[in-house]
Amino acid sequence: MNKLQEIAWKEKFPQFAGEVEIHARLELPRRIDLHQIPWIRPLLQSRWPQFLIRSLTLAGFVFTIFAGLFGSRVGSHNFAIIFVWIAWWTALKLAFIPLGGRSWCSVCPIPLPGEWLQQGGILEKSRRRFGLNLRWPKRLRGSWLQSGGFLLIGLFSAVTLTDARLTAWVLIGLFGLAVILSLVFERRAFCSYICPIGGFTGIYAKTAPVELRVIDTAICAAHSEKTCYQSCPWGLYPVALRDSAQCGLCMECLRSCPSDNIAVNLRPFGTDLAADIKSMRQSSRLDEAFLALVMLGSALAFAAVFTGPWGNLKSAAFAIGSPVWLLYGLGLLVLNLVILPGAFVLTVWMGQRWSGVKVQLRRAIADQAQVLLPQGLFAWIAFTVSFAFPKMNYVLSVISDPLGWGWNLLGTANSTWSPDVSAFSHALQVALLLVGLFWSARVAQRLVRKSNQPVFRQALPILLFCLVFSLAMLWLLVG
Amino acid sequence: MSDLLKSLSPVWRWGILALLTLLILFLPIPGNAAEPAEKTFQIKASQFAYSPAILAVNPGDQVTIELLAADVVHGLSIDGYKLETTSDPGQTARLTFVADQQGSFRFRCTVTCGNLHPFMIGKLQVGQNALLWRGALLAGLALIAGIWGVRK
Repeated sequence: MNKLQEIAWKEKFPQFAGEVEIHARLELPRRIDLHQIPWIRPLLQSRWPQFLIRSLTLAGFVFTIFAGLFGSRVGSHNFAIIFVWIAWWTALKLAFIPLGGRSWCSVCPIPLPGEWLQQGGILEKSRRRFGLNLRWPKRLRGSWLQSGGFLLIGLFSAVTLTDARLTAWVLIGLFGLAVILSLVFERRAFCSYICPIGGFTGIYAKTAPVELRVIDTAICAAHSEKTCYQSCPWGLYPVALRDSAQCGLCMECLRSCPSDNIAVNLRPFGTDLAADIKSMRQSSRLDEAFLALVMLGSALAFAAVFTGPWGNLKSAAFAIGSPVWLLYGLGLLVLNLVILPGAFVLTVWMGQRWSGVKVQLRRAIADQAQVLLPQGLFAWIAFTVSFAFPKMNYVLSVISDPLGWGWNLLGTANSTWSPDVSAFSHALQVALLLVGLFWSARVAQRLVRKSNQPVFRQALPILLFCLVFSLAMLWLLVG
Repeated sequence: MSDLLKSLSPVWRWGILALLTLLILFLPIPGNAAEPAEKTFQIKASQFAYSPAILAVNPGDQVTIELLAADVVHGLSIDGYKLETTSDPGQTARLTFVADQQGSFRFRCTVTCGNLHPFMIGKLQVGQNALLWRGALLAGLALIAGIWGVRK
C-alpha cells in the first residue's frame, strides 16, 4: 500500500486519538486546507505534476537565454525581453504573488540543476550527492543581500530591461551562481539569501492568501525523525513557520510527513500582517523592514524612469558608466538608502515620542514596517498596469517570431493589435493605490490594537509616511 | 466631536465614508474657463525623448503638433485620442485635433527606434487633471477609512 492509499484509509477510519485530533484541528477558522480536497491532494502529493511544470519553465528559461544571445537585438522583437520583462514580470506581480505568495518559487527553474546535484537525483534523493554542504555564514543571513540585489537591478534596469543580450547574461549569471552556491552551501542558499526576486516574492507573500502550516504541533514534537525538516530544500522546520515569507511551497515536507500533519491553507489576505504579538516578534525583522523600504523606493524609481515623460532621466539610466548615469545611480541609492529609511525611522521615532510607547526603536521599526507591505505590493501592481498593459501587443508578435528572425509561426508576427486600456488604465491604477493605502491603514490599526500599549498616536506619523508615498506614486502614474 | 465619531455605529461610519466617496467622485472640480484657442507645439523627437515632453492645453483647444524626428524615424500616438503620426528624420509631420477630453494623457513613440523605444513617452495635459485631484482626496479618505475606530 502506498502512502496516499494509506492516508485515504486513515481518513476514513481514524484509529488513534492523535488521528482524531488531526481531523478536529483541520477545521481551522477561516482556512481551507487544499491538501484535503480530493482532486488537489494527489497533485500535491506526487512530485510529477510539479516536475512537469518545472521542466517546462526550465525549457522556457534555456530558450530565453538562447533567444537573448542569438535573437534580434531589438528588444521589442526578442522573446527574452518580452517574456521576461513584460509577460513573466507582469504575471509575477499580478497573479503569482498576490494570489499564491511564493508559488513562483515552487516552479522556478533557476535552482533546479543545483538542487539535483545537491540531492544526487532529479525526483528523489540518492546516496551519491555532490557539494560541500557548508552552512551559510551567519553574518550574511537575512534579506540584506537580496535588498542589495534589487538595488543593482534598479541601477542597471534601463539597460537590462531593454537589451536582450544583457538579459541573457543576467539569467546565465543567476543560473551559474545558483549552481555554485548549491555546490558550496547546504540547501537553497541562493534562493534564501541572494535571489532578489526571492526577496521580492517572499516579503509580499505575507499578504497572500496561501500558507503552509503544521496542523498539530504536538504530533511534530513527538516525531523524532523530523522528516519534514530533513526533506525541506530550504532548510525550514514547518513547526517554526510564523509567516509565509521563507517557505517556497515546494511541498516536500507535506510529502515526507508520515502523520499527514501539514496543511496547505487558503486563508484571508494579509493574515501574516500584524498577527499575534508572539508571532510578530519572531517574524518581523530589521532586514525585512529595509527590504520593504527598498521595494517602495524601487517602485518610485521604476515609475519615474519607465512611465514618466522625462527623457533626460531615461537617458541617464541608460548611459551606464557615464557621469549622468553615476548621478542617476547616486540619486537612486540616496533615495533607497538615506531618504526613505531616514524618513521611516523618523516617523517611527516620532510615533514613539508622541504616544509615549516604550518599545525599543529597532523592534518598533521592524514591527511597523509591516504597514508598508500592502501599500508596496499595490504600488508595484499599479506600476505594472501602466508599464505592461500598453505593451501586451509585443507578446503576440514574439510568440510568432521569438528570435526576431522574420518568422511568422502563428501568423501574429506583424500584429499591431494592442488593447486600448487608456480609458480605464489610469482609473484602475488610482483604485489599486487606494486599496493598498486602505489595507496598510488597516494593518496599522491592527498593530496598535495588538500592541501592549494601544495608543493611536503611535501609528499616525507612519500613516502620513504611507500617504505621502501614495501621493508620489499617484503623481508619477496618473499625474 | 471625537465622542460623537466614536459613538457612531459601523453602518453609519461606512455610510458617511460612502457618501464622502461619492462626493469626491462626482462633485465638479473647478477649472479655468479659458476660451478655446489654437495652439501649436513643435516637438523634437530624438532617442528616447520628446522635447518638449509635457504639453499643457485647455479643454476645447485646437491643438497642432509638429513632430520633427532628429535622428531616426519616430512616431507619436496619444493614449485615449486614437491619433497617430510618423516623422522621418528631418521631416516634419503634423497632427491636428481638438482637445475634447480632459485630463492627463501619455503620448508614445510608435516606431521602434532603439532600446528604450517602449519607454519613449510624453504627456498631454488637457485642463485640470481631475483624476489626480480626486485620487489624492480619495487617498486621504482611504486612510481615514482604514484607521477609523482605532482611536483610544
